[in-house]
Amino acid sequence: MSVALSAPDISRALIRISHEILEANPSTHQITLLGIPTRGAHLALRIAATMSQIAAHGIAVGMLDITMHRDDLRMRPPRPIMPTSIPNTGIEGREVVLIDDVLFSGRTIRAALDALGEIGRPHTVQLAVLVDRGHRELPIRADFVGKNLPTSIAQSVKVQLTEIDGVDEVLIEGN
Amino acid sequence: MRHLLSISDLSKAQAISILDTATELARVSDGAVKKLPTLRGRTIVNLFAEDSTRTRISFEAAAKRLSADVINFSAKGSSLSKGESLKDTALTLQAMGADAVVIRHSASGAPQRLADSEWMLGSVINAGDGTHEHPSQALLDAFTIRKHLSKGSPDLVGIRVAIVGDVLHSRVARSNVLLLTLLGATVTLVAPPTLLPVGVESWPVKISYDLDSVLATVDVVMMLRVQQERMSDLFFPNAREYSRYFGLNADRLKLMSPDSIVMHPGPMNRGLEIAAEVADSARSVIVEQVANGVSVRMAILYVLLAAQPLEAGSK
Repeated sequence: MSVALSAPDISRALIRISHEILEANPSTHQITLLGIPTRGAHLALRIAATMSQIAAHGIAVGMLDITMHRDDLRMRPPRPIMPTSIPNTGIEGREVVLIDDVLFSGRTIRAALDALGEIGRPHTVQLAVLVDRGHRELPIRADFVGKNLPTSIAQSVKVQLTEIDGVDEVLIEGN
Repeated sequence: MRHLLSISDLSKAQAISILDTATELARVSDGAVKKLPTLRGRTIVNLFAEDSTRTRISFEAAAKRLSADVINFSAKGSSLSKGESLKDTALTLQAMGADAVVIRHSASGAPQRLADSEWMLGSVINAGDGTHEHPSQALLDAFTIRKHLSKGSPDLVGIRVAIVGDVLHSRVARSNVLLLTLLGATVTLVAPPTLLPVGVESWPVKISYDLDSVLATVDVVMMLRVQQERMSDLFFPNAREYSRYFGLNADRLKLMSPDSIVMHPGPMNRGLEIAAEVADSARSVIVEQVANGVSVRMAILYVLLAAQPLEAGSK
């Protein structure tokens, strides 16, 4: 087990992503951040806080549970359903940025796109992830990446955040 | 968990997880989009060998909101009324590829028989069997109580519930006693001695024969239907006397504490166990119970059918 990102690394990556999202979306009032529970939701809150400081106004932030839209539900033990909360501004016509901790097969993001489609029609959907570990199974890419982490398929990437795990770090397990 | 036959099969954690799942699914029902793709391509058979309005429609709505295909099958209008056995019916359902059977049957234990047999491979969900159990009703009752009275706590510790009326014939009462006590609530049964089952003193409940003395001390009053169709004997002298001693009317409503709620699993005998003015009062959550039933049954279908208990892959 090795530490791929330490707490300062994570903090720097999130600040950079915050700047990049603002840079890519000049009409900053139109941005809606949606974190994918559980860790993506906490990352979304952190990025929203940083972006609000930089832009000097509040950034709409919420969370989107995608469990019911997964295509691999039948292959795994039952997953708990997490809360979904969409900001009052909705997602219709907005620049939606999905936020997750790890981008791997891309199936979570595909499910998120389906879940979004049921709620409304955003102007754009972008994707920010803390770690991109490769091994995509679908034609999906991230617009904002904290760290590209080349891994073997046998390894697992574990993101720990202070809000849940009491510590900020990204670990690679296995060889 | 493959089947839902009895509340006694559930652990406290499993019961709470079903209620939590239902809480999230209730938001789906409240939202603009009422359909989820989760059970697309699955077939759920509603096998109702006994009459039902709420439970059958509720399971059907729940299955459809999860995009499952639903086949409704009732005794009237099927070969069950020609005397076909449960086994032959089950074999037919298996041959048609049913992923789950929601069964209501007048014989206690029929769902258990279906689940234990090798007649069919799908999940079996007990939607009420004889005078045995009605687990999905208990779960929706617990969900409703939790929503109104638990103040954010995941269980029902400290909540006091009175279950009033025809306990003897009530599968709803049996399932509720098991589930509510599992979740930490205190249950008092109130009924004439003739309508309490043999061995009730071994249940984890208090027993009272006096409704008036109980009403002020509880948070929930759950009225049970007097099941005249199951009464082959004379259990009380006449309906007027029953109503006078054990019916919930406007005067008795005034004895209840201000935050308490009135529940009834339906169908109601208005004027017998519950007065119309009570059933329609602000205290009554009877219509809400029906709405919650859909969310809770969606949660049951999700927990039993959406996932397969294979080994987990890591992210």
